[in-house]
Amino acid sequence: MLAFFFLIDDSYMLRSPRLFPGWALLFCIASLVQNVTAPAAELRIGLSGEVTSLDPHFLAAQPNLTVARHVFESLTDVDPQTRLIPGLAERWRALDATNWEFNLRRGVKFHDGTELTAEDAAFSLQRPLSIKGSPGGFASFVRAVESTTVVDNYTLRVRTKYPYGALPEELNSILIVSKRHALNAGPEDFDSGRALIGTGPYKFLRYRRGDRLELVRHDDWWGQRPAWDKVTLRIVTSDPSRTAALLSGELDVIEHVPSADIKNIIKNKTLRVMQTTSWRTILLHVDQYRNQPPGVTDAGGKPLARNPFMDPRVRLAISKAINRAAITERVLEGLAVPAANIVSPGVFGHNAALNAEPYDPDGAKRLLAEAGYPKGFNVTLAGPNNRYINDEQILQTVAQMLTRIGIVTRVEAAPMSAYLGRVRKEETSFALLGWGSFAADLALRSLVATPNADKGYGAWNWGRYSNAKVDTLMEQALANVDRAKREALAREAGTLAMRELAFIPLHHQIVSWGMRTGLSYTPRTDEFTFAHHFTPR
Amino acid sequence: MFVLRRIGQSAVALFVMSVLVFAGVYAIGNPVDILISPQADQAEIAQTIARLGLDRPLWEQYWVFLSSALSGDLGKSFAASAPAIDLILERMPATLELAFAAMVIAIVLGIPLGLLAGLKPDSWVGRSIMAGSILGFSLPTFWVGLMLIMVFSVQLGWLPTTGRGPTVDVLGIPVSFLSWDGLRHLILPAANLALFKLSLLIRLTRAGTREAMLQDYVRFARAKGVAEPNVVGVHVLRNILIPIITVAGLELGSVIAFAIVTETIFAWPGMGKLLIESINVLDRPVIVAYLLVTVFMFIMINLLVDVLYTALDPRVRLKSAR
Repeated sequence: MLAFFFLIDDSYMLRSPRLFPGWALLFCIASLVQNVTAPAAELRIGLSGEVTSLDPHFLAAQPNLTVARHVFESLTDVDPQTRLIPGLAERWRALDATNWEFNLRRGVKFHDGTELTAEDAAFSLQRPLSIKGSPGGFASFVRAVESTTVVDNYTLRVRTKYPYGALPEELNSILIVSKRHALNAGPEDFDSGRALIGTGPYKFLRYRRGDRLELVRHDDWWGQRPAWDKVTLRIVTSDPSRTAALLSGELDVIEHVPSADIKNIIKNKTLRVMQTTSWRTILLHVDQYRNQPPGVTDAGGKPLARNPFMDPRVRLAISKAINRAAITERVLEGLAVPAANIVSPGVFGHNAALNAEPYDPDGAKRLLAEAGYPKGFNVTLAGPNNRYINDEQILQTVAQMLTRIGIVTRVEAAPMSAYLGRVRKEETSFALLGWGSFAADLALRSLVATPNADKGYGAWNWGRYSNAKVDTLMEQALANVDRAKREALAREAGTLAMRELAFIPLHHQIVSWGMRTGLSYTPRTDEFTFAHHFTPR
Repeated sequence: MFVLRRIGQSAVALFVMSVLVFAGVYAIGNPVDILISPQADQAEIAQTIARLGLDRPLWEQYWVFLSSALSGDLGKSFAASAPAIDLILERMPATLELAFAAMVIAIVLGIPLGLLAGLKPDSWVGRSIMAGSILGFSLPTFWVGLMLIMVFSVQLGWLPTTGRGPTVDVLGIPVSFLSWDGLRHLILPAANLALFKLSLLIRLTRAGTREAMLQDYVRFARAKGVAEPNVVGVHVLRNILIPIITVAGLELGSVIAFAIVTETIFAWPGMGKLLIESINVLDRPVIVAYLLVTVFMFIMINLLVDVLYTALDPRVRLKSAR
């Protein structure tokens, strides 16, 4: 029977001049159904990251939150420039140093028609801590919360364990779920859509894990009515494929346009690119705590008598040796701006008076000689190769620039997972990291403050830079419930840390969206892609 | 007896593999480091590590895994909120569909083309088939995939670039090839995945055909006056099918297991894409479960191939040689 089948097929082909009858047939059929376009009020977005759970309190990762923020909202919101704006709370104020009052918007409806009350908000603040098997990330946002009190349906009081001015920022990360639906619900109930009841602009329609989430407009939303009846969020992690899907018209919008494709999209008359400076600062941590840090040797490969990074002149020499303009223009094809700050321009606590260190190889060499290293030394620069825009090329370029002034640099790039493993084992002394934050004092607490597990400081301060003055200023900033005073203190702390080169700032990434020319978006510094912020033009 | 011994061997293979993967993933790093939000402080990191049981010594973690694995529980994914085996089974139909579609393309095109090239090795037809198969062998899958997308989706606009079409449940298994839109989504990734196997089958069939054509039984059949289609269809094809079935069977396994690149490029929500994402975040339960499932599938396919032999060649018997 099998042989018979082949026989027929084979003899047919022997006689036929066409070699690929199957292909010809396929083309004919395919051409009949081309140009299947979506209805005008649907928006199809290509997301770059894998969504692991629809539970908004399961894992604090950007792809998960992108999806969750279409369905859920938080008490405080941030605008595209990362400044705080009212969310589900219409206004809030600090009653005193440790007590806050949040006044909820009235008449906010969940997707099931019930009204949002302070009970839901209080419940949502507790829930992240109670999910079993969660890889977490949310506990830190509520670590300062001592207790919550529901005053009435529209008033929630939050007491903090210590004076804490950053509470409104932290609560932006806690999405408000419906207590009724989420009370006994686990992450699987959110994935099935059963508990996926929020107050946000879009309602759950369908979810295929690893593929797409389909949403429909929540017509009772309190905010400005979004232009799209239906939204499809598709997960296309491969960069060139995401671009192709936009070019073919299958997607209306893609996030994180690969740097190599930006020119092609701009050239295409039916498409456009919208960009802004991201909150992500790319920086180099330098070991400032070990006498003989790993990978740092003299020219002959022998350990040095002391750690050269501890000398501020050496850190300044490194900073001067790096040609940031060349990196941002060539390596990143314009997708970055040189950095001098811990946070991006426009972010709370940014100091516009700080300028990126100018490229000065001769000055760098002089500083090295002054510091006692006229012949330089050898270092190993470590970093990821799959996390930030062109990260491995950045490492290679920095290495060449440093080698030019005598600091012979070897690059060790690895996938983020393996790289972080090495960092945690303290095997690196000169290491690249990217950081996004919407307040300088919050960034300082993680990146620059003297590591202190009890206080939760310096968890990502890999170089263990330590300066009591910076620590104090940062603490004062975080404790200040007066935003103007807090920002001034945060700016002062950040400026001091940068003057001392607690780490070497490289650049702030630029984030890009590609879309049909008929669309408009206010590019967000926090890199989030929200369907309801896209408008036809 | 034969089957029993096979099962014994398989169990050993599964065990060894799980130990290796477990130790390997452990050596790379800690999933919590990469999963947890950057804002997390030391206390939260430590709590999360403890919550996931990652603070215990490796042998103890392995023991916990092994004892629950023996009772059928392969653990919960760290990154997603579901049992690892569920995540894999949920995505398996997509991968199987892609793999079978690719194998069908490879077999339906590969054997006739190989036969043709074998029968007329010096004609321009035979030569161009062979030249094509060399390209199919040597071009990297990801590049071919992107080219297919660029040509057929972006330039010509005939087929969708990425993703899987709408699915219909058949016996509880979601399949996409029954609807027109689903089929359109399937064509490019299946063709991309099939290309290498297609080339392999062409070469294998061609070599077999050329050898068989010189055999006495073919000459005899011709001398006897058997019609040419019968000579090729019955005498030649039947005799060269054994190695082809063997390779096709083995390749089916590898197509299923290594559809990773194609799935990633075409955003095909299958097991391979899941594996890549799990490796990126060191989601050990999923990685281990994936490999166990894959090894198990390989073993089953091999068994099936062995059984197929007996159907094709009465001389083959399923018992150990003495």
